[in-house]
Amino acid sequence: MRSPVAWWRNPWRKPWVLGAVTVGYLLWSLLPVLVAVLFSFNAGRSRVTWQGFSMRWYYGDPLRSVWHDGSLHTALTHTLWLGVLATAITIPLGVAMALGLDRWRGRVPAGANLAVLMSFVLPEILIAVSLLFVATVLVSPLKLGTSGQVLGLVTFQLSYPVVIVRARLLTIGRDYEEAAIDLGASPFGAVRRVLLKMLLPAIFASAVLVFADVIDDFIIVRYLSGDSSTEPVSVKVYNTARAAPTPALNALTTLLLAASLVAVAVGFLAYRWFTRGEKGRSLDVFAGEA
Amino acid sequence: MARADGRRQPPGSRLIWPLLAIPGTVWLALLFVAPLYVVVAILFGGTDPILREPVPVWNPLDWDFTQFTYVWDHIVGSQPFFRPALVRTVLYVTIATLLCLLIAYPVAYFTARFAGRWRGPLLAALIAPFWISYMMRMLAWVNLLQTDGLVNRTLSAGGLLDVHVNWLQGHATTVVLGLAYGYVPYMILPLYAGLDRAPTAMLEAARDLGASRWETFRRVTWPLSQTAVVVSLLVTALPMLGDYFTNDLLSGSPSTSMIGNLINNSVLTPGQTGQAGAFVLIILVVSVIPMVLYVRSTRSGADVMS
Repeated sequence: MRSPVAWWRNPWRKPWVLGAVTVGYLLWSLLPVLVAVLFSFNAGRSRVTWQGFSMRWYYGDPLRSVWHDGSLHTALTHTLWLGVLATAITIPLGVAMALGLDRWRGRVPAGANLAVLMSFVLPEILIAVSLLFVATVLVSPLKLGTSGQVLGLVTFQLSYPVVIVRARLLTIGRDYEEAAIDLGASPFGAVRRVLLKMLLPAIFASAVLVFADVIDDFIIVRYLSGDSSTEPVSVKVYNTARAAPTPALNALTTLLLAASLVAVAVGFLAYRWFTRGEKGRSLDVFAGEA
Repeated sequence: MARADGRRQPPGSRLIWPLLAIPGTVWLALLFVAPLYVVVAILFGGTDPILREPVPVWNPLDWDFTQFTYVWDHIVGSQPFFRPALVRTVLYVTIATLLCLLIAYPVAYFTARFAGRWRGPLLAALIAPFWISYMMRMLAWVNLLQTDGLVNRTLSAGGLLDVHVNWLQGHATTVVLGLAYGYVPYMILPLYAGLDRAPTAMLEAARDLGASRWETFRRVTWPLSQTAVVVSLLVTALPMLGDYFTNDLLSGSPSTSMIGNLINNSVLTPGQTGQAGAFVLIILVVSVIPMVLYVRSTRSGADVMS
């Protein structure tokens, strides 16, 4: 038998304390959300007392369920629609920008680099308020509503694909592309047929990240929403969370969570498919860049 | 354009990179940089006396400093009714960020060094909050913290004690813990990335040479991870500066309001738009300074992003 002191002093003992902190953190981090998901299946309208399982708040309740309450399912579809639109614009724009900035030298690209960095770290509220001013004070093509929200979201998210793709470009190097050019490919051909193929995993990872981030967005979409028909889930939660909501709100966020998980699963499987045969831990790309 | 290396390049290859970069660059110039100038023009502009609408002034020579002085006077002057919110912002953000570091460092360290075959699932669980909407995570706590919610019930230990704390009415503790809860995941990942890169051999060498756990940490692990710590502090603290929704959901009381709440309350109020601009500018300056210092210290912006 070893004494506790000897156990504590043993330099090669297992890191129980660190392990306990980690497990504790995970419980603290995820249990509340699990409880919220659980209560979306509550039969009663309480969010604190369990009254039995039902699908009432998804489609059972004729007035207040997600399926029957127009404002709730509009919020859900609008959120997903914003996610698709913003991702579809951000990714090509960002990937092209990453490729260009990686090679183009001079004052303009240096400024663009700085702008990317700034939009990456500055608080979102700066972008949201300044675009709100543009939409409300100036006469400009930027209008409140879906188009304004998409423009704002793309501006805020553009740095993600740029950062992720450039990190990947660093590891790829220029050899493959030069080989292609030496073998007779045009510069565009080399980018399209060699670089883009090799960048696909990074492009997928950034698409998943951007999509997940957009459907989670709050500040930009709230300031740039036109009327209640362009209010996504996050704004809906913000507006009703303190005003005696029903578990339908939990159901709404649970559905959004499910959508998000589907997107991640698809992205992850696609990522595995594109990187099959490569060394390295595939999850790390998601971890290192987020 | 001077080329760094002397390798042969076919014609047209010089044009392709600017062509690729220009759409994104123009996008950011029009929708990120220019709008920031609009904020400045509105802050130093006037207000329409009848409609109470802001009138931007574009020429710096014609700037009117009334609105800026108004805000400034109410921060440092004799009637500082904006000051408490600013002081609170600094306090809450500092405490919440340090709390995040206190939680995130051991978790990231454990995951990077000791997780073994659990590393994959553990990483997935650490990334999970990114896929859960922030609002849902806050809603979850709003439910738990109700007066008759699970937290109070747990604290009253099944009826032994009588706990009726109204957690959601202007408690600074709730707000700070809520901020920490909301932003910890953003800190764990850069820390994990940094600690994962730290050479294990170095840590083991320290231990082999007789350093205690604490000494190994203080003299090897911590110095090795300093860049990652600075990055993670930045990416956690800066977004917190502009946060107002955590506060609104978990407290909703002016007694805990932060600078983000000041912006949110004034931005849509006619006649106060300029004030919102002033607060936005404060956040901009406060977040740019550490950024510049950091970029200077590493000399290349690329490091910040990795």
